Amino acid sequence: MTAFLYLAASVCFILALRGLSSPVTARKGNMFAIFGMALAIGTTLASPHVQSYGMIITALMAGGIVGTVIALKIKMTALPQLVAAFHSLVGLAAVLVAAAAFYAPEAYGIGVQGNIATASLVEMSLGVAIGAITFTGSLIAFGKLQELITGKPLVFPGQHPLNALLGLALAGLIAALIMAQSAALFWLIVAVSLLLGALLILPIGGADMPVVISMLNSYSGWAACGIGFTLHNTLLVITGALVGSSGAILSYIMCKAMNRGFLSVMLGGFGAEAAKGGGKAAGPKKSAKSGSAEDAAFLLKNAGSVIIVPGYGMAVAQAQHAVREMGDLLKKAGVNVRYAIHPVAGRMPGHMNVLLAEANVSYDEVFELDDINRDFASTDVAYVIGANDVTNPAGKNDPKSPIYGMPILDVEASKTVLFVKRSLAPGYAGIDNELFYRDNTMMLFGDAKKVTEEIVKAL
Amino acid sequence: MQPEMIQQAASAACGGGAFMTAFSVFVLAVFVGYYVVWSVTPALHSPLMSVTNAISSVIIVGALVAAGPALMNTSKTLGLCAVALAAVNIFGGFIVTQRMLQMFKKRK
Repeated sequence: MTAFLYLAASVCFILALRGLSSPVTARKGNMFAIFGMALAIGTTLASPHVQSYGMIITALMAGGIVGTVIALKIKMTALPQLVAAFHSLVGLAAVLVAAAAFYAPEAYGIGVQGNIATASLVEMSLGVAIGAITFTGSLIAFGKLQELITGKPLVFPGQHPLNALLGLALAGLIAALIMAQSAALFWLIVAVSLLLGALLILPIGGADMPVVISMLNSYSGWAACGIGFTLHNTLLVITGALVGSSGAILSYIMCKAMNRGFLSVMLGGFGAEAAKGGGKAAGPKKSAKSGSAEDAAFLLKNAGSVIIVPGYGMAVAQAQHAVREMGDLLKKAGVNVRYAIHPVAGRMPGHMNVLLAEANVSYDEVFELDDINRDFASTDVAYVIGANDVTNPAGKNDPKSPIYGMPILDVEASKTVLFVKRSLAPGYAGIDNELFYRDNTMMLFGDAKKVTEEIVKAL
Repeated sequence: MQPEMIQQAASAACGGGAFMTAFSVFVLAVFVGYYVVWSVTPALHSPLMSVTNAISSVIIVGALVAAGPALMNTSKTLGLCAVALAAVNIFGGFIVTQRMLQMFKKRK
């Protein structure tokens, strides 16, 4: 019976992911997921293993209240760091469950303490190692996104050899644990993995965060999988595999949208070196045309079609509401307004879509790169707000550029490009954007929100 | 013959033991995940991430078993901590997903 109910819960989780194929069915999908989780927890609580309820309910309630409060209070712009923080909790929970299984293997039927089946020990070590790496890795990612630590890549000499050494040490420790089954070795595995997790994420820069956060998403799934294998629990195995492959696919999509190999993202350091080279590549001082909010309002009002290209800068300035207001006014004036979103705009996959949805932009006005890119050529005004590298033509025509090969939004093809930016400073990839100096580009210097609000006033 | 031995012999005859069963389930689940996730619209990638985060906390099942026994010991303490952590994630993850999804509206 238990196995049957667990299977039903797994099916609910699959249906939940399936629901996300369209915004129309997505909410129903989430309900399936909640039902599946309730089913899984209820089934476990009803099993004969669970005898004391008081403390369990207390722990559940305490965690539940904390989670609820955080989830209700969080601002949508802070979503990436929230997700990173949540990933770290899954990692830590995996470590704790593996440890519990190590100290009381008989509860899971995998042997007795000091004599755990070899296969279970291997699975347990893998689960605990991935869990610990997820935990510290996500904490570092959280720190970077929350700007508690610098978003710049932190690189030091000997970094990669050190990581490789730690990886080897980890393998050795797992082998030793299988022979000796001592608690000291178990915790040593945890310690090495914790260190490795932090060291793996530290060298990765802010612009690569969408990949990192997807990858940690994937890791948290594999950790659950490892624990599932250890405990012979197919629900955990299935769910872990779903989450693991989901995160892996997202990482792949993000890497492809930046034309970077997964390995090169993982090795880190991107942005640091480019910044040094980019300064020189900029060459002689070029001049950019700048305009006022009134100029921009005039251009926008007299345009037939406008495409708005948001980026991380819009999130930082919390400008999404002002942008929507501007869009509404333009639509009222008969302008065709659409939004174009690059896959890596923002700090996590789909970040911009959520912010626009929060500002009440209808989702059928929001388009992905492949769906809208051809339309820039027939567009009067492209309004770029807080995006930079994803519009840089160097991605198409400068083989020397670090971002060469990255698919970009062809904003330059539109008649006029309005570029809202604080300064001419390069974006996160640390490279100059020649678009700033084009004849059909008008720079609107200032805070993304203020500039947009001024345009709204002028309209 | 002992019942366990019969079981082992039977499972060997059917092509593998407990590990192989779990592993087969794992491989098939990866395939299901692969196809289902590719069909998710890119606009909903953020909710996808938060909902997968919430469901990966199903690890709470393992934590509940550890926290189950009546007697207090190391394993139970670890289990209780894991229950609390996973609960933060479950509640937080589902609520934040719901908040996001509620914002995705089509205006007339």
